Amino acid sequence: MSNEVFTLRVNGIDHDVADSWLGESLLDVLRDRIGLMGSKGACTQGECGSCSVMVEGSLVCSCLVMGATAVDQEIVTIEGIAPVGAPSDVQQAFVDAGAVQCGFCTPGLVMAVHDLLERTGSPTDTEIREELAGNVCRCTGYGRIIDAVQQVAVRRGGSA
Amino acid sequence: MTVDERSRVSAPLRPGTIGDSPVRPDGIEKVQGSYAFSSDLSADGCLFGATLRSPHPYARIASIDVSGAWKISGVEAVIDASDVPGQITYGLIAEDQPVFASEFVRYVGEPVAAVAASDPETARRALDAIEVTYEVLTPLLDPEVAIAGDHPLIHPDGNVIRHQRIVHGDPAASGDIVVEGTYEIGMQDQAFLGLEAAIAHPDPGGDGVELHVATQWLHEDQKQIAACLGMPVDKVRLVLGGVGGAFGAREDISLQVHTCLLALRLGRPVRMAYSRAESFLGHVHRHPATIWMRHHATAQGRLVNIEARFVFDGGAYASTSSAVLTNGITMTQGPYRCENGTVDGFAVRTNHLPCGAMRGFGAVQACFAYESQMDKIALAAGISAEEVRLRNAMRTGDLLLTGQPVLNVAPVEDCIRETAALPMPDEPVGGFAMPDGSPDAMRLPGGAGRTADAPDIVRGVGWGVSIKNLMYSEKFDDYSTARCRLSDGVATIKFATAEVGQGFITIAQQIARTILGVDDVVLDRIDTGVGSAGSTSASRQTWMSGGAVDAACRAARERLFEAVGAAYGLEPIQLMIDGTDVVDTIGDLRIPVSEASAGLEIDETFEYHHPPTEELDENGQGNCHTAFAFVAHRAVVDVDPELGLVKVVQIATAQDVGNALNPLSVIGQIEGGIAQGLGLALMEEIIQIDGVIRNPNFTDYLLPTFLDMPPVVATLIEQPDPHAPLGAKGVGEPPCISSTPAVVAAIRDALRKAGVDRPLERVPVRPSDICF
Amino acid sequence: MTVAVPNTLTDAVQLLEEHPSAFLLGGGTDAMVEINDGHRRPDEMVIALNRVADLRSWRHDPTAGTVTIGAGVTYTELMEEPLASLLPALAEASRTVGSPQIRNAGTLGGNLGTCSPAGDGLPVLAALDAEVLLVSSHGRRTVPVQDFMVGVKRTSIEPGELIAEIIVPLRTGWQGYAKVGVRNAMVIAVASACLAVDTDARRIAIALGSVGPTVMRCPDAEDHLSNAVDWSSGTVSDDALGEFARLVSAASTPITDHRSTADYRRHAVGVLGRRLARRAFTQGATT
Repeated sequence: MSNEVFTLRVNGIDHDVADSWLGESLLDVLRDRIGLMGSKGACTQGECGSCSVMVEGSLVCSCLVMGATAVDQEIVTIEGIAPVGAPSDVQQAFVDAGAVQCGFCTPGLVMAVHDLLERTGSPTDTEIREELAGNVCRCTGYGRIIDAVQQVAVRRGGSA
Repeated sequence: MTVDERSRVSAPLRPGTIGDSPVRPDGIEKVQGSYAFSSDLSADGCLFGATLRSPHPYARIASIDVSGAWKISGVEAVIDASDVPGQITYGLIAEDQPVFASEFVRYVGEPVAAVAASDPETARRALDAIEVTYEVLTPLLDPEVAIAGDHPLIHPDGNVIRHQRIVHGDPAASGDIVVEGTYEIGMQDQAFLGLEAAIAHPDPGGDGVELHVATQWLHEDQKQIAACLGMPVDKVRLVLGGVGGAFGAREDISLQVHTCLLALRLGRPVRMAYSRAESFLGHVHRHPATIWMRHHATAQGRLVNIEARFVFDGGAYASTSSAVLTNGITMTQGPYRCENGTVDGFAVRTNHLPCGAMRGFGAVQACFAYESQMDKIALAAGISAEEVRLRNAMRTGDLLLTGQPVLNVAPVEDCIRETAALPMPDEPVGGFAMPDGSPDAMRLPGGAGRTADAPDIVRGVGWGVSIKNLMYSEKFDDYSTARCRLSDGVATIKFATAEVGQGFITIAQQIARTILGVDDVVLDRIDTGVGSAGSTSASRQTWMSGGAVDAACRAARERLFEAVGAAYGLEPIQLMIDGTDVVDTIGDLRIPVSEASAGLEIDETFEYHHPPTEELDENGQGNCHTAFAFVAHRAVVDVDPELGLVKVVQIATAQDVGNALNPLSVIGQIEGGIAQGLGLALMEEIIQIDGVIRNPNFTDYLLPTFLDMPPVVATLIEQPDPHAPLGAKGVGEPPCISSTPAVVAAIRDALRKAGVDRPLERVPVRPSDICF
Repeated sequence: MTVAVPNTLTDAVQLLEEHPSAFLLGGGTDAMVEINDGHRRPDEMVIALNRVADLRSWRHDPTAGTVTIGAGVTYTELMEEPLASLLPALAEASRTVGSPQIRNAGTLGGNLGTCSPAGDGLPVLAALDAEVLLVSSHGRRTVPVQDFMVGVKRTSIEPGELIAEIIVPLRTGWQGYAKVGVRNAMVIAVASACLAVDTDARRIAIALGSVGPTVMRCPDAEDHLSNAVDWSSGTVSDDALGEFARLVSAASTPITDHRSTADYRRHAVGVLGRRLARRAFTQGATT
């Protein structure tokens, strides 16, 4: 079975991929082959979470997924979270709470927070910290991000 | 700002103006992933560049054979030192750093050659195919050996980059209390997430180039690039690509010249991007330092005399080591009064990684030393950590050991008292129990590793207070420029101020809204199409670029008042802005600014300079700094003395900010800076063994995670500084300066409670430092 | 250039038979790091195992008193009930692994295949005397995990074999895991340990990670503590715990590297041993 060309389903759309080299990560396929630049690479070791995407509903580091093995799986990236110009409640909360500075960690964090709030409607401070420990931010010191998460949880009907 | 304008602003705050916390204008793009960082930029027909780097800390290059690279299909260019058309070296202060090494390589990672190829994989293979023959030499790795002159010169400029003394007052003055220590600060990395990237577009004739790059100072890059390319400055145009954090690491040239050289050689756009491992090699780091201090104090703990010796390891090239040294040694006394002092300071050259600017810039290292000393004085005097600091606290008018009076607002006592007034954490050791009564394992030191139970833990409290200079020093005229256009109710602001995440673009809009009375403020592209803004560093942009935007807007406002005055037969001086209206303060006229500016094309550019500073003389005397800011930190930590693991429970701080133009942004800077201070205290260090970096990755260079960072409680001390154009002081650096010694002091306090005495004279503190 | 994504174990094994030097990919959390860094590159074929359904399930055999875990079961799945209650130490170890992103992708089989001495699941498997089922086109064989883990990143796997399942004996009694790292999350263990109590056999087992070329058991320490525990009351003295810690440290053979020193690792693993034992048993009178 040859994989010189394979098809990935990203944000509900099929993308044919060509010229991918053997072993190329899903992150690089998304950015360099498909042109979806929202997921970021800051460490390529799975240490920082900037590349976080959802594969079959599961939050993973796209730098640790081999692109060609993600065939026949639903992939959701930051571009698929909400339409352009109509941010999700999580995205808007990040902006409103001052949780965005340079913004490089932000797409990965938005993905992780969406995932967290799907699984836990009213996370405690500790739960937020533990579940987001795979997302590193160098600018904010995390305080405003936690604030944003709690704001969303309250508005969605959980209690802070 | 005049009193009248201040009272206008502090009356019902118009949304989006100074004092409010409007959201950042690029926020939506960033959360949706559509914001273009420099690594997201591309172009049709673009090639990919990559850099070949030295594997040795010190070696002579015997030969470079690039023929193997040329055999690889898809390789379009291979360049080295012989391909640099202009100046072959560059640098921020001394131009001592080669674009490509030619005769010697002086650090692991030094660029030796570069290639351009059709894709990154081909470029990587091309690098592997280049054969460089090195004659390995004995590296100079010990700063003391450099100072003693016991190693042959590793660079024509010498092995000591700078030696500066400070002598003030009576060197023999002493007191009942004498405490000393030798403090070591490891090499911290800025570790911004947005890896280095740039794209160069050559002009069709090949006589110019446009570079899109993430950097801190467009015009300084432009100047250095042009010199190396052998081109006039106006032929090299820089555009700011989205910056994913900087913290000092982008002040020096990294990939700029290489990218331009490749693009110009090929007549096609060339992109370059660093991996994380390459990034650790490709930018400067915080200077590791060894600082000896001996403090003399009265029995009551009042400072009498300070002796100190600073050694900063500047690594292979000079970068800004000379200025970092000045910052460090001129802060020897800390934010305290002291009449006597003798300081010997060295910045040396070794074959370690080059060091330069990192947030705090020398003041970080000095602060760890002097704050550790202050705690020793407190113990000897039998007073508390707070009390020793209150007794010595600096006030406006007091002198540094350089003889410079601190003319700024200097609320050191307020910083300490306000910090002390912040509530201690109510969270018990081990956190609040879970609903089922079991402990919350994640709140204990060791966190996810589950190494401890609550009885294993002791809690401690520690203090740190610091002083930081704002803007550049020693006669450097780091001015900033801004251009304001006003037309039809819309203000357009242009500046070259590098937005690196700190939020200058947000306050620029706020300033324009406040001064001009418009809501609609458009920000022009950040590029070299306007005058220099200086570097985004030294906590200077709010003051300098804020000052430039403020002044440009005021000039535009004057033009507006002249136009309205002419139209209505009024003197401009009787007009003012009230909300979004032009108002006659004497008569009845009130018209919206949008109407008043209809059909006008006002265009004002202003170059904002701070007052000049002086150089230091041979005794380190001189008014070398521009301005100062202060901060206090209190850390509460839980320690596992047996395993040496630490969890910071809370950091409280009161920071002297002058005037919070955007309070939410200020909090962001405080929390982010404290995280970096915590990182230096507990976990961040580039480890070099025999001149080779061992941890160029995020697995082993550890950044604080959500589980490492505690809640921060903060008070903003807002005593507007009359010297600052908006009353606002820079806020970026102070948070990362005294937070480090506060955390370490808290660990010492916890250990004393457990009956253990550990000097902890090194940061980052390692578990073995605590338990052995 | 070929990436195969088989759905069954039979297909996977067949592919491996045809391409013995194929690159085997589990969750990718170890392998992709090496590929991204340029340290390893697949030569001709990659066989991805993350879609093989047989490898992604687990079963409890009450008669045999074992839990059999497919090699493709992720750390997240190991933390879910009822598996977490059956093997609490494995759930604890899984919780210490990196982040949700890593836990969703990383697998127990991958942990075993990489065989780093710092692998988080490995001290648990060693303490519980787990066995590894290896499958090839020639048949299957079961190897005790201690015999499977041969050295630093070296196993006794043969060419053409895949790790299919890990068979873990169930124990009555307390079991727990702890690991030491410099920060509070996302660390590679500097020292780690799993302690498992077998109340039926009246034996303690303790396995150590990151303090030798591979995960190790501590026979002398285990003998000492097994004999020192008052099994009827379930208590043990402080002195016995102290001796246990000393024996655990003595069994370790740590190295000094850029992450930590041999002295610290030796010390830390003894402390972990004592604390795990203390959690397992209520305090008895000092003798």
